[in-house]
Amino acid sequence: MEMKILSCTVNGKPVQVGYDVRECLLDTLHDRLGLTSVKRGCEVGECGACTVLIDGVATDTCLYLTAWAEGKTIETVEGLQAPDGTLDPVQQAFVDEFAVQCGFCIPGIIMSAEELVRTGKTYTRDEIRKALSGHLCRCTGYQNIITAVERAVDLVNGFVGEDGDAA
Amino acid sequence: MYDITYFHEATSVQDAVKALTEHPEAKVIAGGTDVLVQIREGRFGPTELVSIHELRDELWGVVLDEDETICIGPITWFHAVNQDPICQERIPVLCEACDTPGGPQLRVSGTIGGNVANGITSADTASTLFAYGARLVLEGPHGRRTVPIEEWYAGPGKTVREHDEILVSIQIPRDHYEGFYGDYIKYGKRNALEIATMGCCCLVKLTDDHETIEDVRFAYGVAGPTPCRSHAAEEAARGKTVAEAAELVGDAALEDLHPRDSWRASKDFRMQLIKEMTKRALVNAANKGGSSASWK
Amino acid sequence: MKEFKEVGRPLTRVDAFDKVTGRAKYCYDLLPTDHLVAKMVLATVGNGRVVSIDTSEAEKVPGVVGVFTCFDPDLPTQPFGTAGHPWSCDPAHQDIQDRNILTQRVRQYGDVVAAVVAEDTVAADRAVRAVKVEYEEYPLELTRLEAIDHAEDFPPLHEARPNNIIAHVDNRTEVKGGYDSVEQILEDPQWHRTHIEVKTPRQSQAHIELCLSFAYAEGDRIVVVSSTQLPHICRRIVAQALGRPWGDVRVIKPYIGGGFGNKQDILYEPLNAWLCEKVGGRCVLLELTREEVFAYTRSRQPKECHIDAAWDDDMNLKARSLEGWSNQGSYAAHGHALMANTANSFRQEYSAKELAHHGIATTFYSNETCAGAMRAYGVPEGNWAAEVLMSDIAYDMGWDGAEFRLNNFMELGYRDPFWPGPLCCYSRGIDECVAKGKELIGWDEKRAAYKNQTGPIRHGVGVALFSYKTSVAGLSLETSNVRMNLAQDGSIMLQMGATEIGQGADTVFSQMAAETVGVPTEMVHIVSQQDTDVTPYDSGAYASRQTYVAGTACRKVAEELREKILDYAHFLYPTHQTPFDMRDGVIYDIAGNEVTTIADVSIQSYYHPTNAKQIEAQDGVNVQENTFAMGACFVDLTVDIPLAKVTVNDVVEVHDSGVIINPKTAEQQVHGGIAQSIGMALSEELLTNPKDGSIRNNNLLDYKIPTMMDLPDLRADFVETYDPTGPYGNKALGETPCIPAAPAVRDAILNATGVKFYEAPMTPQRLFEGFKKEGLV
Repeated sequence: MEMKILSCTVNGKPVQVGYDVRECLLDTLHDRLGLTSVKRGCEVGECGACTVLIDGVATDTCLYLTAWAEGKTIETVEGLQAPDGTLDPVQQAFVDEFAVQCGFCIPGIIMSAEELVRTGKTYTRDEIRKALSGHLCRCTGYQNIITAVERAVDLVNGFVGEDGDAA
Repeated sequence: MYDITYFHEATSVQDAVKALTEHPEAKVIAGGTDVLVQIREGRFGPTELVSIHELRDELWGVVLDEDETICIGPITWFHAVNQDPICQERIPVLCEACDTPGGPQLRVSGTIGGNVANGITSADTASTLFAYGARLVLEGPHGRRTVPIEEWYAGPGKTVREHDEILVSIQIPRDHYEGFYGDYIKYGKRNALEIATMGCCCLVKLTDDHETIEDVRFAYGVAGPTPCRSHAAEEAARGKTVAEAAELVGDAALEDLHPRDSWRASKDFRMQLIKEMTKRALVNAANKGGSSASWK
Repeated sequence: MKEFKEVGRPLTRVDAFDKVTGRAKYCYDLLPTDHLVAKMVLATVGNGRVVSIDTSEAEKVPGVVGVFTCFDPDLPTQPFGTAGHPWSCDPAHQDIQDRNILTQRVRQYGDVVAAVVAEDTVAADRAVRAVKVEYEEYPLELTRLEAIDHAEDFPPLHEARPNNIIAHVDNRTEVKGGYDSVEQILEDPQWHRTHIEVKTPRQSQAHIELCLSFAYAEGDRIVVVSSTQLPHICRRIVAQALGRPWGDVRVIKPYIGGGFGNKQDILYEPLNAWLCEKVGGRCVLLELTREEVFAYTRSRQPKECHIDAAWDDDMNLKARSLEGWSNQGSYAAHGHALMANTANSFRQEYSAKELAHHGIATTFYSNETCAGAMRAYGVPEGNWAAEVLMSDIAYDMGWDGAEFRLNNFMELGYRDPFWPGPLCCYSRGIDECVAKGKELIGWDEKRAAYKNQTGPIRHGVGVALFSYKTSVAGLSLETSNVRMNLAQDGSIMLQMGATEIGQGADTVFSQMAAETVGVPTEMVHIVSQQDTDVTPYDSGAYASRQTYVAGTACRKVAEELREKILDYAHFLYPTHQTPFDMRDGVIYDIAGNEVTTIADVSIQSYYHPTNAKQIEAQDGVNVQENTFAMGACFVDLTVDIPLAKVTVNDVVEVHDSGVIINPKTAEQQVHGGIAQSIGMALSEELLTNPKDGSIRNNNLLDYKIPTMMDLPDLRADFVETYDPTGPYGNKALGETPCIPAAPAVRDAILNATGVKFYEAPMTPQRLFEGFKKEGLV
């Protein structure tokens, strides 16, 4: 099958990469661009491990043909750290709240959480559960993941404290 | 990697129709959440694809036309329908239904058009579109035609769409939705990432007392090989109070509906679900219209 | 209790940073770009024999490098076993060796009869579909009836065991109280009596990473990079399967995306290595699909137990008997070890008042897919049996289930009469666990509030307890080796043979090493990746053994390292009087005067003009003792009777795992275990198609692990005892959390509805049938 050139923005940088038309974005990001955070868990949109942001929207890349990424803006966890290496607030919350065990599902969940955090809104735990329900995790029972996302949302959007007052 | 032997990214609906005409074996792909899964399963062998993924200008979004018919572009994501102000105001139950397939990521890839075009009885929006009496507009080499949803399904996983036709609009006329309150219940074994074991949508119009049923529609997914209505349940409810009807509609629905035994659920269990969900969907819908009835 | 400085700290996981940045490398991330891919040709009959294979069409597919079949003359013929158990030099204690890399005799749907190696997955998939296999089909033996009672009606699955019995064990304890037998007690009319029959499902480990490995040649040797829980055992089994010297095989284990026992078997690494040999040593990837992982790797053994019990009016069990069967499927894998655990745990937990106990346990072959280890290794099944019985008795007698259970729970000093080595209840915090759990869930208030409910929606509260041995010491070999050496700055390189599989092992071992050496944990650098060429030997991650067994090795080596550091310090500063002490990396003399630091000692040890040698220690242990962890789970839930749906509202699980090394990582274990146990209670079960033995729900949509929306907030808590046999007073924790929630859910459903369920999972279908039978719908 023919090879084509994809032009898009990946983690803030313009990228041109050759790809096989049969590829999905998961293959291209992991195998051709070396973004190893994009994980294969099911290939059919049932686990969420391959989730990245495409134009700011958390998307399963296993069911997204690379051809469709032309001109799009793509973000993965590799692009979240500050230039000095500081973790982004969601990443830091996942570390601090012990949300990580085997870690295989974590990059995808972090990207969905990023989308939530960027809305500027606050969320109840049940709303977080629903917003992240496209991710399966087998290690954590989700407990600390939900707490980490709650913490990141509160920190970034100023809803710190139990009474919900802005900090 | 998918076993794709031909891939055409259409630049317009007519371009897609042309590509389909030239490739009699090609499949239409929009969101990809069904077609790619089937390619991976090897169901088609090596596959030719005509993509309408990028036809946002022609096939995306919700508009209200002059006679207040709601026109939904078929490649609109589930999530986008869910968030659309026109839908939220006029057909909120479709928004509810669009909030149930898979998980959030699926709902920003999967499209409402694909959910109908795949012809599947468990499609979450199908029963609601059935209840609303949606009209499906197809465009082919010889122009457009409109198919009422009642005539859309040609068997399990099959529709009347011809190979070289593209679904270009899903329309709900004003008199199909005005004055109706609705409720969609998806019964799944989990609360997310689930395919419906049974789906039930009820639309109800109440008289001014908010307790008497003027008109009602019950539509189901997974109650038969294709989405369907229960006219018996509708007959049983019409003219009654919500509380009276709630006691009758479950058994009445079973006169029309004949679910099958499968390893996912027995026929008996599905009948129990139909019975209970018909009642609850009616009461929930009526509650939104001001009724004080309770199913408990 | 001993005072610790590093042990007990809620330290950030040492792997967290790499895992949130995408830097952590898993098997697939290490794959060289230039590689071939392998795909398996899987049998499409459930019992039979391959008559012929036509590969001609497959070989023509562009991109195909080779198609290799079960008739290949190079195929090693010696059978091998796959269980992740330590090898035994005594043939009588070796695992059953009954599998071949490719097989002509098809014993299950999906047995591997051929394999394709190709340039890419599309070519490989096309070739697999083009391979034509002709089978001679035999009738299916799926059920206990078919496999055991009618074995003689079928061609033998394995020639060595024509009756399909892998093992049959009959254990009777000594009879007390003046009776002659268990039967006599069970038939004594002065006691209450019941008979129940329970079933537990083929649960899938359902780790999110797939099962995969890749293999390439290095000189004359073969390197296998695998997502495995046990690299050293993987080396041995790959070598055995290939018929090569064990040293010819090098196994590398990077981070793995969960295992839960599935990767405690050697799955397709031998096939992968053989295919690599067949294509001249080029790198070959063998990554299973999700469907293959579900259907053709391992799963919890489906089990059935029949139980008889007698008890008195004062909450005392008098006797119990259990007859259990485990449907192991096509190959022996872990064999009877799992069913033995089921029967043992049933016997051990409520042993306090029994006058006698009788356990009969059978493991049999069938044409079902091969089962294997899953988290807690047979004990959730034994616990289900034990707890369902307690649940029924307490309900029928109107007793407080928590009180009744405590009254019969294993006593301090209990020794299991059938365990070959020492296995003893050396520490016992169960009373405190139950007290804490009752308070947190609001046990008394809820039991009162949920009395006499009517209507379609009802609430229930339930309890279950558990006990669990720590490691397999006494039954099987428990050995572990560790290496530590000092970097120039005095920080410690720690190499464990024991593996990180997501459970936090690397973090707690770092804390243990720091504790004993006398430095802050921040000065310990653990080498996470195991490589059999350089990593000291350990059996790997299973049996909740690592903090106990490898922890003991870690402490021993840390003590040796510490001694060497202090000796060297004395060599450097001979005027100070010994014995020296080290705290926080600072070395003191006998009078408490600061002598120097570990950093100073280390750099001098590297570059001393006349006495330069890197300070290091390596050693191993054989652990012989074994002790019991225990705990209690409380569940509050709502049952929607007409829709046959259960909503879990609250879960509290309190564990006595001895001293907790890291309270935060311990909590993580409990959260995840509860989720898996709730899955077993309500939704998780691989279903076999009776027509061909295939697995029906081999995907993450139809195999229902709980999603984020299916679980409430999960509450984990601990009662810390000090176990005299644990290296830091610690006991098992890795697996125990996935034991008691399932029967606690069952108990709560009984509390809510009065309906007794005996088969897990209690799916909507089964709930509906149960409610219908009782007239509730």
